[in-house]
Amino acid sequence: MNVQSWTFLLVAASFALYIGIAVWSRASSTKEFYVAGGGVSPLANGMATAADWMSAASFISMAGLISFMGYDGSVYLMGWTGGYVLLALLLAPYLRKYGAFTVPDFVGDRYYSQVARIVAVVCAIFISFTYVAGQMRGVGIVFGRFLEVDVNTGVMIGMAIVFFYAVLGGMKGITYTQVAQYCVLMFAYLVPAIFLSILITGNPIPQFGLGGIEQSSGVALLERLDGLHRELGFAPYTEGTKSTLDVFFITAALMVGTAGLPHVIIRFYTVPRVRDARISAGWALLFISFLYTTAPAVAVFARTNLIDSVQDVPYESVPEWFTNWEATGLLSFEDANGDGRIQYVGPESSMTNELTVDPDIMVLANPEIANLPAWVIGLVAAGGLAAALSTAAGLLLVISSAVSHDLLKRGLKPDITDKQELLAARVAAGVAVLIAGYFGINPPGFVAQVVAFAFGLAASSFFPAIVLGIFSKRTTREGAILGMISGITFTAAYIVYFKFIRPDLNVAEHWWFGISPEGIGTLGMMLNFAVTVVVSRFTPPPPPQVQVLIELIRVPRGAGEAHELSA
Amino acid sequence: MADPKPDGGAPERPSVTDPETIARHAEYWRRNVRYLGILISIWFVVSYGFGIILADALNAFKIPGTGYPLGFWFAQQGSIYVFVVLIFVYVWLMNRLDREFQVDEGGQS
Repeated sequence: MNVQSWTFLLVAASFALYIGIAVWSRASSTKEFYVAGGGVSPLANGMATAADWMSAASFISMAGLISFMGYDGSVYLMGWTGGYVLLALLLAPYLRKYGAFTVPDFVGDRYYSQVARIVAVVCAIFISFTYVAGQMRGVGIVFGRFLEVDVNTGVMIGMAIVFFYAVLGGMKGITYTQVAQYCVLMFAYLVPAIFLSILITGNPIPQFGLGGIEQSSGVALLERLDGLHRELGFAPYTEGTKSTLDVFFITAALMVGTAGLPHVIIRFYTVPRVRDARISAGWALLFISFLYTTAPAVAVFARTNLIDSVQDVPYESVPEWFTNWEATGLLSFEDANGDGRIQYVGPESSMTNELTVDPDIMVLANPEIANLPAWVIGLVAAGGLAAALSTAAGLLLVISSAVSHDLLKRGLKPDITDKQELLAARVAAGVAVLIAGYFGINPPGFVAQVVAFAFGLAASSFFPAIVLGIFSKRTTREGAILGMISGITFTAAYIVYFKFIRPDLNVAEHWWFGISPEGIGTLGMMLNFAVTVVVSRFTPPPPPQVQVLIELIRVPRGAGEAHELSA
Repeated sequence: MADPKPDGGAPERPSVTDPETIARHAEYWRRNVRYLGILISIWFVVSYGFGIILADALNAFKIPGTGYPLGFWFAQQGSIYVFVVLIFVYVWLMNRLDREFQVDEGGQS
């Protein structure tokens, strides 16, 4: 069988599995729709969280980015895993004890204010939409390249699938499809990585292969790559080019942002007890770490393979994958010196670089570059789709619950019945799918950038409000609202200024303290903390019932009862 | 498997007026915050310390028997392993603390 038949077979089989699970796990109440009935086992929730978390960006783009950034790519590796420590230690157990359905629910009740709730709803919807658009683009890329259907048709097929299980099953359907999607995406990521590791270093474990000896040259793989980089005028792979301060700030923004992302937080509402929420975060990070410790190995394998297979090769004799990706426009060659050969060189070389490679294609092209069997390539396509769809579903649920629960039930129409609220949730999810699909078909040029900024925005808005809400009883409504607004406004303004208004000034010498827009969320978070603490000092303390509420969420005993307080 | 019912978790609701309970909860919280301080310090040192601030200095050393420069290893591998271990240590410490202060949720683990 050829690549395309394998891809069709594997993608169709995985889709059939997701639909089967969706039919089996339909939601019949709002509690099932929002939090899967609250009875998910910690292990299953860990797996679902991992799938929810690992998006098209993690699966498709991350290893490619690291491949081109070298050491600087560590910001993604540490940033997108370290946040789980914060989540497990500072947020998840307490939010589970509180037992709300959504993040704005907690913010609104803890800060005894509808304004705080609305600010939180707006932040949640904004963050989730920017994120979901990126997922749909990932679906489009995979369909476009591997199934040779039109990108738009690809997005529509993806929408139909998500629509089916998100609208029908709510959190319950999403949870169990995510468990299946985790297995598919992890398998699809590890298989080619193991193949490559054996091929290049002779060690079947990629994490060891990365630190191993390259078989063909007998030199340590990282040393050989550093050498290639120097030779071709790139910065050494293991050293990187960003300033230490900027790496620090970007990592912190991604970590804190991870802990503040609503679609991740709500997953911890689905387990029965506080201790389950704690261990569930541990399982989630363990499952995530399989991919995140493999990714840097994939990055190095891909980088070495790419350089070895194209550098100084006559354009006439390029391999087939090269021509295939050229057709998508994500890979391009321009023969600057007219010698008919590909010169792939870095900024410090005396020659002109002639090859442009979009980082997004590295993971997808890797199996082809290494000549792996056709079924492995099909598997990677199915894995990429699983990653994109699982994250999209989680985000759509946040949007739908923000509308039906936070805006309608807790805001505009508190007297609607559970049935009506459930219907509203389904309609909102349906509309959100359509909007997400629209962005997938007509991606605004800035989607990829905006996704990275969603973290900065989450870091500078939710994280301080929730942490202070739990750890400081003195934090007041006024403090939290002003803190959230100043944090997110400052961060958004800095990003918009450097990315959209004056992109020409977006270089280190114009940045404040040398902090790039990617890392500014950390400063925004500090601002939020400072404003919240100072304003809280000068405003009247929270009412006694809120102080009692804080006492209650600090101890695990009696989880579930907090529901009555919030209702 | 735990009782999936929303309010099936705990046998008693903690009374917030009883002075003994208030003192016990306060001490529980103090211990909790101390654990958090220690664990978060480790979290900070392995990632921001070894993986970022000291990365260049540590890159002068290689992990014996491998091609990994030490700083690079912490940034792309080691810190992630430590993160995973930290959460499981936290879970273990807290479950023990919950039982010691009688604020655990009962039921089997």
